[in-house]
Amino acid sequence: MGLFILRRLGVMILTALCLTFIVFWLTNLYPNLEKLAKTQGNFRMSDEAVASYLGDRGYLQPMPVKFGQWLGVMPGWVTEKPDGKTFGRCFSASMPEIDRPTRCGILQGDWGFSTVFKEPVGGTVLTRLALTGKLMLCVLLLMVPSALLVGVLAGMREGSKLDRSLSTFSIATTATPEYVSGVIFIAVLASSKFGVSPLLNDWGLIESKTLFLGSATSAMADATFWNFFLPVLTISLYGMGYIARMTRASMTEVMTAQYIRTARLKGVKFSDIVLKHALRNALIAPFTVIMLQIPWLLNGVVIVETLFNYKGFGWLLVQAAGNNDIELLLAVSVVSVAVVLLTQLISDIGYVYLNPRIRIA
Amino acid sequence: MEPLTWTGSLSGLNIIFYLLVGLLALAIVVQILASFVPDSSARAISADGTLAGSTGLAGFINQIIGWLFYAVVGLILIYLIGGIFMGPAAGIFGAMAQQMIPVWIALIVTFALSVTYKRKLGLYGKLFDSTVGMIGFAIVMFWVFTGILGGGFDLLVTHDSLSQVSGMKNKLPGTPLARAGEGEYPWFLLGGDNLARDVFSRLIKGSWVVVKIAPFATLFAFMVGITLGLPAGYYGGKLDTLLSFLANLILAFPVILLFYLLVTPEIVLTGIPNYMALFLFVFPLIFLAILLNSRFYTQPTFRTPLLIVVLGLGAWLYLALVSSDGTIVETPTYVIPGLPAFLDPFDLGPGILVVFVSVVFVNAPTVFRIVRGLALDIKTRDYVAAAQTRGEGPWYIMLWEILPNARGPLIVDFCLRIGYTTILLGTLGFFGLGLESESPDWGSTINAGRRLLSLYPHAAIAPALALLTLVLGLNLLADGLREESLRD
Repeated sequence: MGLFILRRLGVMILTALCLTFIVFWLTNLYPNLEKLAKTQGNFRMSDEAVASYLGDRGYLQPMPVKFGQWLGVMPGWVTEKPDGKTFGRCFSASMPEIDRPTRCGILQGDWGFSTVFKEPVGGTVLTRLALTGKLMLCVLLLMVPSALLVGVLAGMREGSKLDRSLSTFSIATTATPEYVSGVIFIAVLASSKFGVSPLLNDWGLIESKTLFLGSATSAMADATFWNFFLPVLTISLYGMGYIARMTRASMTEVMTAQYIRTARLKGVKFSDIVLKHALRNALIAPFTVIMLQIPWLLNGVVIVETLFNYKGFGWLLVQAAGNNDIELLLAVSVVSVAVVLLTQLISDIGYVYLNPRIRIA
Repeated sequence: MEPLTWTGSLSGLNIIFYLLVGLLALAIVVQILASFVPDSSARAISADGTLAGSTGLAGFINQIIGWLFYAVVGLILIYLIGGIFMGPAAGIFGAMAQQMIPVWIALIVTFALSVTYKRKLGLYGKLFDSTVGMIGFAIVMFWVFTGILGGGFDLLVTHDSLSQVSGMKNKLPGTPLARAGEGEYPWFLLGGDNLARDVFSRLIKGSWVVVKIAPFATLFAFMVGITLGLPAGYYGGKLDTLLSFLANLILAFPVILLFYLLVTPEIVLTGIPNYMALFLFVFPLIFLAILLNSRFYTQPTFRTPLLIVVLGLGAWLYLALVSSDGTIVETPTYVIPGLPAFLDPFDLGPGILVVFVSVVFVNAPTVFRIVRGLALDIKTRDYVAAAQTRGEGPWYIMLWEILPNARGPLIVDFCLRIGYTTILLGTLGFFGLGLESESPDWGSTINAGRRLLSLYPHAAIAPALALLTLVLGLNLLADGLREESLRD
């Protein structure tokens, strides 16, 4: 088991290195750098001015060197201006010479400086990640129990009416991407002119103009049911259908097993069969699916945070990518790649623990 | 001119419609609740040995649901047929139904032909035995015909999808034009968007974008996935490790980050999408070449001319696809010349090429994993061993023994993946990537409409519902196909 985890960790680090290098390479292509220089400097820069701006800031070094500096395995660049001022990747001109470090990369814990937000990347990512963590926690709390419930109910009597209605429901949710369901929810539940809110307001059932809030910006500081439920529901619905279908498949398989038939013939109550005999075995497969679904939720998070204007990690990704904020984008991709790979690892390990039939030598 | 209401002179039926839908919903809820109660009544067997239908409470509710369902469907048909004959007099729905007449005709012809010859049509014919599959197929074909007839032939649209009409900014569905010119359609059926363009026409033009890109992008992704997945699964070993690592590498990327990295004007300037197109689009050629070569290897007199013709044609299409304006790659610093313009039958336009390439790139690794898994499973079968004993070459076994036996899951996944590709295209549009901002595709329209969502939702709701129904149709179609392919 230890060796297995070690090998997986090795592959993970290799994957993460390759991926960050691809992101690094794509963001450091010359047209992207030119855009960066023009947005940071001014839009009417001449080509020479762009080249000197980029050269001064170490952007024009060879790609592997730059990547090594970002990682912290190579000494950071140092530029000496003709007027004698020196500044570098790891220090500004005002820093005394003794304190100047030679290397500063992620190995030294320095994630760089965001050109969009004008603050250190590490702190920015952490704040945004905390906000998204809140969102994801609510999503998981809503999505996992309801998906499992739907799946188990549909799978316990295959082909029944309940099964068919619930399966149709799960197909419908997998066919509704977040930007569609979010738009529909806002129009129906959070519009002061359409949908149910004006009706409810007329009847005096709600005080405010709309039933839910169409923007989740206020939920960043203080999340309530009214400003947070719609984004959570939007993300949960899309992910739910898939988990529910997997749970249903696994539940129907378990319900046809020999030991369930034995229990039935012994005269065990149907509810006891489902709860005590079938459920535990049926939940092994969905566990993997749920873990593997988490990276997919990240896409939903990006869409929903944009749609509901919730300034979390997904919003940060859009800002970083839209403005070619290289170091921020790299940090964002490191985090998201880590999420993907860690969930894969956890799902593999968890699967081995849950399913005693599989043992890894 | 008066604004149109939703159902016009048929609005007397609305109260019945609401009542029926309400009752149907109620009955379905009751049925679900009743299904928790154990069903005590067994099927009654009559003296002559026939079985009576299920009786008792469950059977009763079942019958009611059946009747209500048919009543609702019948009423919808009345709205539709009334609309086809009465046009705008039957409100917005009627006007839309009349506008869509070519689509209805095409749908009816397709269904009549398919149902008549369904026993001769293989898996496609079997689809017409499953209700779910038929519903899905009908929805999908509705949008396909809408796309082809409306976008390709300019038939169904009421206005130009790009031109702005003064005074129609953010107008509600059914608003008449302020100054309708001679021969101009006098209403905006689904209202105007925030740039005073007709939402209905844009909706139809948008379906053409999806119908043009999604199936072909999925097909290309399948070609890449199959050509790489089969050897990975069949040979295993180092090749498998390497290819799987690369596939996992792409899959570990969040899709949206990948889109943001690939589909920006700056990246287009570097020519990277063109290189990716060069690489990805060559796979169908390789696939065809290997497919035919492995089949007719023993008949060189037939194989050589066949390959020359097929590959010649393929190479021409390939060059036409990757080159636009006579160049394959055009960057500020250098140019790689391609097919000259007079030999180039179609131009994809730079925006569409980038979108196409990135969607293929995102989908291919998943297909690769599916094909690899299927190949791993099937290569242990006896018929593969028999072919190996016969001395067949590895590519013959992969393409003519393994691939045909993996077709069931692959066809089902193909349908699902077209839906997923549609969602991806919408995502690209939603973030304003790739296609130009005035493009009528559904994602861009949702993106444009969401800013005023709480005040004027119609501009965003219409494409959202369209996308929802198309993907739902594809999912239902895949479900029907899965059911039918498992049956034999």
